[in-house]
Amino acid sequence: MNEFMEKKVQFKWHEPKKHYDVVIIGGGGHGLSTAYFLATRHGVTDVAVLERSYIGGGNSGRNTTVIRSNYGIPEAVRFYQRSVELYYQLEAETERWIMHKQKGLLWLAHTEAAVRAEVARAEINTAFGADTEYVTPKQIKEICPEIDLSGGGAWPVIGGSYHPAGSTARHDRVNWALAEGANRRGVHIHQRTAVTGLLMDGDRVTGVETTAGPISAKVVLSAVGGHVTTLAKMAGLRLPIRTHPLQAYVTNHYELTFNPIVASTSLLFYVSQTARGEMLIGAEIDRQPSYSYNSGHHFLQSCSFRAITLLPFLRNLRILRQWTGVCDMSPDYSPIMGKTGVEGFYITTGWGTWGFKAIPAGGEQMAQLIATGQTPEPIAPFSLDRFANDRTLADRGSAGTH
Amino acid sequence: MSILIPCPHCGSRPIQEFVYGEIPAVPDTLTDPDARDLDRAFMRANPEGVQAEAWFHLYGCRRWVRLERDTRTDAIQSS
Repeated sequence: MNEFMEKKVQFKWHEPKKHYDVVIIGGGGHGLSTAYFLATRHGVTDVAVLERSYIGGGNSGRNTTVIRSNYGIPEAVRFYQRSVELYYQLEAETERWIMHKQKGLLWLAHTEAAVRAEVARAEINTAFGADTEYVTPKQIKEICPEIDLSGGGAWPVIGGSYHPAGSTARHDRVNWALAEGANRRGVHIHQRTAVTGLLMDGDRVTGVETTAGPISAKVVLSAVGGHVTTLAKMAGLRLPIRTHPLQAYVTNHYELTFNPIVASTSLLFYVSQTARGEMLIGAEIDRQPSYSYNSGHHFLQSCSFRAITLLPFLRNLRILRQWTGVCDMSPDYSPIMGKTGVEGFYITTGWGTWGFKAIPAGGEQMAQLIATGQTPEPIAPFSLDRFANDRTLADRGSAGTH
Repeated sequence: MSILIPCPHCGSRPIQEFVYGEIPAVPDTLTDPDARDLDRAFMRANPEGVQAEAWFHLYGCRRWVRLERDTRTDAIQSS
């Protein structure tokens, strides 16, 4: 299959049954990926994915599609490296063109402290299986000639790290490929079916109450993005999650090819080019917690100013559109996956601004947890009880922007 | 349009002049000191709806503003 010749995605829609072995709440990347890996790797097909809107309509369709594994702590490097590897196979495996493109990712440093952080990142990535190297300004200019190394005078580029595996993929296509793969093997996907409550038997979760009636299940997985606090509350759980909006925007078509993904953690922005040729620019979360999809002019102004500081050619482009997603931010900027302490209720959340790149590995590991009942070793450190056990995984420097 | 916060001293000012301050809500039912500390350090109420907040007017009068905001719409209810 290629971009010129492609079959339409085939879905089979079903009436909701009264009982499933596994109910997954949330038809975004992580929910669909878990269903896909349950069906393909473990033969568990009595699965329902419940989506209140349409599949991939939440954050899975709003993110900026960066795939990378240059994290700052061993647990995260290993986990995201697995995800990067799964993304490489995903096209061959699903027989769907997800527009996966390896671009290489540049993280620029403007201060001595940032240089030290990038040197440390290169070391720790190399030690735990990801491919990242420290680069000098001269090498940066070779990788990306568009960069103004003087940073407009105020933000000189004095070093950086280069992560050749950095890639992008088309987010809708990833969702559809996983949904189709799961659906073909017997997984039911119910769109426009909102979960309104959890069915409880004492302390145990035994199913969900939906707009299409109650559905009982042996295992309920919350793969919800944005509204997970409200859902967990129904199971009597309080979560270390705060929901913040994250904005991004694209410019009009840039005629030339801009290959790498360029990010600056000091200036808090990142830039890549979409397959259509638009320049995609994103930054950090809004400071106030909110569930609103409002976006504002102030963000465009401040983010464009920072982006133009390093990439002056952007000043000649025009902004086409802007959008907002809502991110579940965990206090240590690492995801929360696994058991919750409530029987029959698993959770995958805290995906903040870094969820897209983890879709295959997150789904694979959650599927293994559901199929075997045992927390797989790679995600054991990311459990919800790490906060009570004083084992937080602080990695803000790697996850703060995207 | 960015969110406007009604400051009693400076009038209606854009949200970028302020620093968000959370008013922590620790449930009264947490009687175990360890559980209470855990809750206070990490857990968030994160309500979908109206919540009471404090905003510090950093680039203005440098005073705290108390208000209620609906987190679903960002509509500010009172000050």
